[in-house]
Amino acid sequence: MNLAEGVQIVSFGLLAAMMLGAALGVVLLSNVVYSAFLLAGAFISAAGLYLLLNADFVAMAQVLVYVGAVNVLIIFAIMLVNKREDFTPIPQAWIRKTATAVVCAGLFALLSTMVLATPWAISTDATVPSGSMVVIGKHFFTDFLLPFELASVLLLMALIGAIVLARREFLPDLEEADLQQTMLTLPERPRELTPAGSNPGSHSK
Amino acid sequence: MQLQYFLIVAAALFCIGIYGLINSRNAVRVLMSVELMLNAVNLNFMAFSDFLDPLDVKGQVFTVFVIAIAAAEAAIGLAIVLAIYRNRDTVDMEQFNLLKW
Repeated sequence: MNLAEGVQIVSFGLLAAMMLGAALGVVLLSNVVYSAFLLAGAFISAAGLYLLLNADFVAMAQVLVYVGAVNVLIIFAIMLVNKREDFTPIPQAWIRKTATAVVCAGLFALLSTMVLATPWAISTDATVPSGSMVVIGKHFFTDFLLPFELASVLLLMALIGAIVLARREFLPDLEEADLQQTMLTLPERPRELTPAGSNPGSHSK
Repeated sequence: MQLQYFLIVAAALFCIGIYGLINSRNAVRVLMSVELMLNAVNLNFMAFSDFLDPLDVKGQVFTVFVIAIAAAEAAIGLAIVLAIYRNRDTVDMEQFNLLKW
């Protein structure tokens, strides 16, 4: 074992411990804001593991998309749903918790024995010398061109769908006042009709 | 460095994600658990791509697709959580039984 191997082993151990600890914190902590920030730690540790696996582009994409977009979105959702509520305890909750823990531990044992027992066909080729980004780009525009374009369409659909789902249909201050007269019309924000070519403040004089 | 280390870490992360997915009462925490599971799958893809297919890194291409789709899933899921919170005035998963019976 030379020096580079030892450094790799140590950094792998640190990153794996950080990621599993942060994931346990996400699942087990009672405050959901702590969970959201620990989720960022788990994502960053995963990006470090990707760097250990010679994948610079995907590590950067992980940090940008997960930490920069998804985690911020989750924190925004926590702030929007800022209702501190104490959940009513359900009877026999410990049965479900222990059953799930046993099932998860069994699944982990099954997966680890499978991983350790399978003879993997480890390739002995060296990694691509020019970095993986060039190879990924070639894949995107040759044999993965259709899924690449479909992913862009999917992102557009998710954008529009999220706007449609999260849009506030009923304005809360107009709801009680206008409910009597306009029972059959959809309540919407009143906007004054201005003819084209005139600015709205000038008609008063 | 061996392939098995990464696979075992990914399996542990996946099992933690399953535990959180089933036992969380808060709906936002359920979405966080789903993200953890997607990260475990990504780690599997990356490990296989580096150890079994280092010249033709198709696992990294798959990981980029999974990241893009996970971003879309997070946006849609949080929009659904917001819509349910507006209708039901709670984020307790035990009270979301609209489609159960």
